[in-house]
Amino acid sequence: MNLLGSLLLVVGALFCFLGALGLWRMPDVYNRIQAGTKAVTLGTLTTLLGVALIQPGWWPKLLAIGGLLLITNPIGSSVIARALLRAGVDPWHRPEADKRGTP
Amino acid sequence: MTLAELLQLVALTLFAAAILLGLLRLVRGPATPDRLVAADTLTVIATALLAALAPRLGSALYLDVALVYGVLAFVGVVALARIIETGGVR
Amino acid sequence: MTPHSHSAAPTTATTLTALLVALLLWLLLTGSLDGQELFIGLLVAVVTVLLARRRSALFDGIIWSSQLPGAVLLYLGYFLRALVHANLDMARRILSPALPIRPALVQVRTELTSPLGRLLLANSITLTPGTLTVEVEDALLTIHWIDVPPDTDIDAATRAICADFERYLRGFVR
Repeated sequence: MNLLGSLLLVVGALFCFLGALGLWRMPDVYNRIQAGTKAVTLGTLTTLLGVALIQPGWWPKLLAIGGLLLITNPIGSSVIARALLRAGVDPWHRPEADKRGTP
Repeated sequence: MTLAELLQLVALTLFAAAILLGLLRLVRGPATPDRLVAADTLTVIATALLAALAPRLGSALYLDVALVYGVLAFVGVVALARIIETGGVR
Repeated sequence: MTPHSHSAAPTTATTLTALLVALLLWLLLTGSLDGQELFIGLLVAVVTVLLARRRSALFDGIIWSSQLPGAVLLYLGYFLRALVHANLDMARRILSPALPIRPALVQVRTELTSPLGRLLLANSITLTPGTLTVEVEDALLTIHWIDVPPDTDIDAATRAICADFERYLRGFVR
């Protein structure tokens, strides 16, 4: 159980890392939100599951954190995205010239 | 060191790397919205990190910290988004 | 179709639902079934629900029936599968050097009428492959889609993005 839980912690941390990497690599703010929200949400849920396996007695509080996170995190992202759209930030489009394949 | 402990160290290192990348985006911007998104993502990663630290440090108190931190961060993000929405980007 | 208004006084069923949710959260947070804890929890839940009376209209989107638990479980199962799939997809895009994305804004139409139903749909869309809900205006959702196929209209986008979720959600919300 301890081992499996620790493994899940690594997987969760990996997803969080991927989310942060997406935050860094994506070309515009909308895509950054996408990468950030999805990967980090799953990463956090996996982490919570891992902790629940390591310390089974903590599951009620972990479930509460997970549930709240699952509701608040996407709402937060949508609220930011809507604010950006209303403030007039246009989404990035792939430039046509790019399709030929730039180096 | 047992294998489980080693794995937990790997996880903590990955969390640290993720937070560094997020901070990099927070510092580099380029605009206010990018920083806001970075801050939002960082708070969630920090929540996960707090939860991951709890069994290592042997105290369920860190879970309460993670919970309150997560909820407060959400309120903060919504408030900041409202400010952007009503003008004052860039 | 039932009209939904935020200002109307919530029905008894709605208030009871809000009370139940508040109490459940208390139980998860304290993690104990001790009599005294339960009593205080009930007290706190009642005060919370009274304070948030105007907002509890959110809960009248729920369709109460014997199928409710099953429908919620089916939805959760589908949702978790989609979440994992979304992340593998996103990981592939982030890690591939060419950054294979064709982002654009699209609109979809939903048949869900209650605020709760639309909230759940919007959240589900945000957490699934390549889509992010940007705005919800009545039945129209504006969505940032990271990989839009060429020549996508509102019906095609609706089918691709929200039709599946809607089917599962309609099992327990309006």
